[in-house]
Amino acid sequence: MSPTSRFASIRNGEAVDFSKVPVVSVEEFRSSILKMAATGHRLCALVRDAKKDRTAGGLLAVLADDAGGKLFLAASQPMARYPSLTPDLPQAHLFEREIHEDCGIVPEGHPWLKPVRLVPPDKVAFFKEEGAEIHEVAVGPIHAGIIEPGHFRFQCHGETVHHLEIQLGYQHRGARRLLSAGLDRRSLAVAESICGDTAVAHAWAYCAVWEALSGCAPSLRAEAIRAVLLEAERLANHIGDLGAISNDVGYLPAAAYFGRMRGDFLNMLMLVSGNRYGKGILKPGGAAFDLPDEMRAQMIETVKRSIVQVREVGNMFFGEPSVISRLEGVGVISSKVCDDLGLVGVCARAAGVDRDVRQDHPFGLYRFRYIPVMRLDSGDVFARAMVRFLEAQRSLEFLRGLLGHLPEGKSAVPCGAPAANQIAVSLIEGWRGEVCHIAKTGRDGKYEWYQVFDPSFHNWIGVAMALRGGEISDFPLCNKSFNLSYAGHDL
Amino acid sequence: METLKLVASYLVMLVFAPPVMLGIITKTKAVVAGRKGPPVLQPLYDTLKLLRKGAVYSTTTTWMFRLGPVVSLAAVLAASSLVPLSGTPLISFNGDAILFVYLLALGRFVTVTAALDTGSSFEGMGASREVAFSSLAEPALILAFASLAYRSGELSLARMFAPHGGPGSAASAVLALGSLFVVLLAENSRIPVDDPNTHLELTMIHEVMVLDHGGPDLAFILHGAGLKLVLMASLLVWLVLPEMPVAGRVGSLVLGLAATAVVIGLVESSMARLRLIRVPQLLVAAICAATFGLILTLR
Repeated sequence: MSPTSRFASIRNGEAVDFSKVPVVSVEEFRSSILKMAATGHRLCALVRDAKKDRTAGGLLAVLADDAGGKLFLAASQPMARYPSLTPDLPQAHLFEREIHEDCGIVPEGHPWLKPVRLVPPDKVAFFKEEGAEIHEVAVGPIHAGIIEPGHFRFQCHGETVHHLEIQLGYQHRGARRLLSAGLDRRSLAVAESICGDTAVAHAWAYCAVWEALSGCAPSLRAEAIRAVLLEAERLANHIGDLGAISNDVGYLPAAAYFGRMRGDFLNMLMLVSGNRYGKGILKPGGAAFDLPDEMRAQMIETVKRSIVQVREVGNMFFGEPSVISRLEGVGVISSKVCDDLGLVGVCARAAGVDRDVRQDHPFGLYRFRYIPVMRLDSGDVFARAMVRFLEAQRSLEFLRGLLGHLPEGKSAVPCGAPAANQIAVSLIEGWRGEVCHIAKTGRDGKYEWYQVFDPSFHNWIGVAMALRGGEISDFPLCNKSFNLSYAGHDL
Repeated sequence: METLKLVASYLVMLVFAPPVMLGIITKTKAVVAGRKGPPVLQPLYDTLKLLRKGAVYSTTTTWMFRLGPVVSLAAVLAASSLVPLSGTPLISFNGDAILFVYLLALGRFVTVTAALDTGSSFEGMGASREVAFSSLAEPALILAFASLAYRSGELSLARMFAPHGGPGSAASAVLALGSLFVVLLAENSRIPVDDPNTHLELTMIHEVMVLDHGGPDLAFILHGAGLKLVLMASLLVWLVLPEMPVAGRVGSLVLGLAATAVVIGLVESSMARLRLIRVPQLLVAAICAATFGLILTLR
């Protein structure tokens, strides 16, 4: 019997009646997840299936078959404790910690059952290295730049970092609670604010879940508008990140040019949506406004100009020997670490992992138009910067083609209420990586619960791994090359 | 009357040269990056603003923390009297080159001690880096001085750095110039050794040591740092620049300092910062250059 037979199989952006999701005993649940993981499936999400806060319930796992483009769902019977998956499947470590914190289900044998968000960070225990020559450096939660709060604790021997522990959870915005509260007119705005720089991807994931639950199929034109926005968001952030990396290595001309070009792409979002972050244009059923021809012509103009400029500035940046020597070999993570810990997005692709939702689980327009996946093998800061540069170029080419031939049709179709007793999963490749939204509806058609996983949730542990054995002075550069979101983690 | 004029022009140089030179560097970088940049006198405005402010002292700090900025500025001011900032130096005697090196070292010593006094892990890290790198920058400085002293047969700054003929003179001057320029970049926390603009405390060297200073203390430190840059740059200028007929001695120096500032700005615009572990390699290269220069002057 193949291991997949214990799971309900769906595709990205599809809903399934919850009665079709197998509910098995926790031992069987555990062993079948491990069997699936052994055959190359990735743990996309592990959540608890319970309506209320602080009540124990069953677990629900979403496993992704990235090669086959399928998602597998299975649920366990309710229990109060179970043998932890983490020792056998490290990908589960943060999911299990989160579940334990949310409702007290104990994953027995979890090696690092530390609170994730809710416990005040000053009451949390940290690893501490002993020794006369060891010193501890604590950074944050208040930082020198204007960034979000997060605490980093380094155990150092001279300039060498032996261990970095990252403690987040300073922001308590209640995004998940607000989204679970139901189909509110404010919910879309909440979804867009989960992570301010990934507004389009989260809004799309939110809309895709609703559309899957209500059986609504947006027009091709709406999907095209969404893809334009998503790629513009990717461009703005990738180019902005390249600028920030240039700034951190002290190479100022590239920082200035990339910074200006980031403005071009933000202005492109501004043109379409009326704000620089692409908020308020996606809605369930399509897009809130159409893309008129003159606006499209203006965007094509920007894209054509940017193709030349991005290439020129990028070649200047990557052609500077002092830049390359600063970036290469810093903050290396291997593809094994990426696979073991389930890292996603740019940092996984920079380590040679072939993982891109637009290719593996195509959604919206990406079902019909392919963007080549950009990969490098070295897994260092250079590779993460280079992947951003290459992806920005591919996105520009994609936009040039798409904006020239935008499909005809209405920009939105009416989207009804979600059906009862369904579960839907939506994966979107945001600029950081895989954005995952999961919703389950109850008998009344309202959300029983709504779960959100930003790529930052998966990837923060990657920063800690990249620093291990590295130099503490390389941390800011390394951190910038990941550029993860605190808000996306804290929700 | 002559003395009065000398002192007056010295005072003008001491007050205005450091902020203007830093301002020119910032302006150069801005122009290369396609920006307008802040006014050239912005560092002076910043210093004046800081002087009007109060200071906050952590309860873990002691008198050492307050002593640091005052003594480091005093040390640089004393060192400046040995450098011909307005044609001739205020004080000059045989062996003042050695006093110059020690005064700079005194300034560094008190800054490092004040940093350690805060008990902050950042400042401790910065102090350790500063001491590690200056233990390589100092030999380069002394070796370059030695080659110039040997070449001219003098041990006072004013005469050592005057144009001079002699066997291997030009070559040793070029080597000394190169090694002194690297020392200048390292001692004044410029790219490629340090990044004066970064806000990232984990990568800083010099800047992280003064994070806890504020108000007038910070003004002293900033002005002292700027003055140190002016002193080292004016030594370089005297080494290469003959007196220009139109501008006169002071005018030549001012033009030379402005040109040095532009060169520093261009260096900062054209390359990235080195990895911290590679900084010693650069400084060792400076030591080697200075040593070769010394060998060339030996007859």
